[in-house]
Amino acid sequence: MKKEIPIFIVFFIGTIGFLQYFIVGPLSKSVYTLLLEWFQGVQGMAIIMAVISLTRRHFHNLKRGKNVFYSFVTLVSLYGMIILGVFFGIGKGSTFDKIYEYVMVPLNATTFSLLAFYMASASYRAFRARNLESTLLLLSAFILMIGFTSFGDIISDKLPSLAQWILDVPNLAAQRGITLGIALGILATSLKIMLGIERSWLE
Amino acid sequence: MSLIDRLLNIPRFVIFILIGLAVFIPLLFKFLLPLKVLKPVKDVYDFIESLPEGTPVILSFDYSPDVLPECYPMSLVLAKHLARKKLRIYIMTLYPAGAGFALDVYNKILKEFNLVERKDIVFVGYFPSIAATILGIGEDIKNVFKSDYFGVPFDEIEAFKGVKNYEDIKLIITISGAAIPESWMVYANGRYNANVAAGVTAVMAAQLYPYYRSRQFIGLIGGMRGAAEYEKLLAAHNLATKGMNSISLANFVMVLLVILGNISYFLKRRRRK
Repeated sequence: MKKEIPIFIVFFIGTIGFLQYFIVGPLSKSVYTLLLEWFQGVQGMAIIMAVISLTRRHFHNLKRGKNVFYSFVTLVSLYGMIILGVFFGIGKGSTFDKIYEYVMVPLNATTFSLLAFYMASASYRAFRARNLESTLLLLSAFILMIGFTSFGDIISDKLPSLAQWILDVPNLAAQRGITLGIALGILATSLKIMLGIERSWLE
Repeated sequence: MSLIDRLLNIPRFVIFILIGLAVFIPLLFKFLLPLKVLKPVKDVYDFIESLPEGTPVILSFDYSPDVLPECYPMSLVLAKHLARKKLRIYIMTLYPAGAGFALDVYNKILKEFNLVERKDIVFVGYFPSIAATILGIGEDIKNVFKSDYFGVPFDEIEAFKGVKNYEDIKLIITISGAAIPESWMVYANGRYNANVAAGVTAVMAAQLYPYYRSRQFIGLIGGMRGAAEYEKLLAAHNLATKGMNSISLANFVMVLLVILGNISYFLKRRRRK
């Protein structure tokens, strides 16, 4: 029953959610509203579960002496911010706000900004016109990289339009194919989960 | 070591210095490089221009600090346009780390345009469940926006008067570096026919073009260039224009490096033969 009940709930809610989309009327609307309310509640619970799971995991690490420093920092950051936010406020000028603005934002932005340097180094070393496919890729990259910068407008006013055309036509065709594939995959996986064929989420 | 070998093996630190200089030097000088405004950005601008005064509009800050350099300038310029047009602005975020930027932009335009808090503009804060929030707004905003960020209850907020769902909210602008615009598109546009515009990082823009072409997004602002184009349309050159100069030079250096790498590679291959 430990597996059957969750599968039944998934099948029941999934079927209702699917059917109500195609049924118009007050009953369908009220069922939909009810589902949305539950959805919000379940999402809230998911966050609580995530915090509990994270805490347990890092307490376990601390007990076993594994990655002690990282686990300590994670727990102090998590609970430190919760305590600061709940007891001392999150308004402008609060400690919570200062930590966010002067610690989290610069750290996060710096980590991402480093990508530009590594990308430049990696493309210089690896981006070679070895065959037809890589040459086409290289040419499109050049047109997009230059076309979407101000240098594109300086070289020719047609270059930004050409870069836009690459996005609008070849990119669009490929993206649509990929998107359709993903959508069909999601549909198949959803059906497998609803029908209990795919059960890995229960483990 | 021959010249070709040297060109093929430029040390990493030299490349880092070159990119660093290309980013840093344009920030020191104030100059305007030419920039053509492209259609996806112009469409967002035109749509906002077509809205009558007082129309409710959602501006959602769905990003975290990692994409700050690209997303923040577009957030600011879009908020300024909405305020200049005297639209009713609902600021929200579906990303926990987005609340800080949302609050920052909220305070900035509140001051700059002398807006009345909770009448012309309201900050409703962060909502944890993406799909449930977007779908919930489609039914009744009262069920989602129970109070604003500062705890003022729904009924006391004048900006919500006469507004029920997407039928009244004429535009949603989502600014993101992740897949949240797709959620807005699927749930708000797909289910409720709401008008959605997206401001995204340059990397994400390629992924979202199919939806712009199918008019599921009414317009698309892609990366720093998109934000700089928007600043040009508003004649309010600011962060994005400055950033665009840096990006232009950094991209140019990157292309030169790749060309250099390829020339050396072909010369070496020829020599081997």
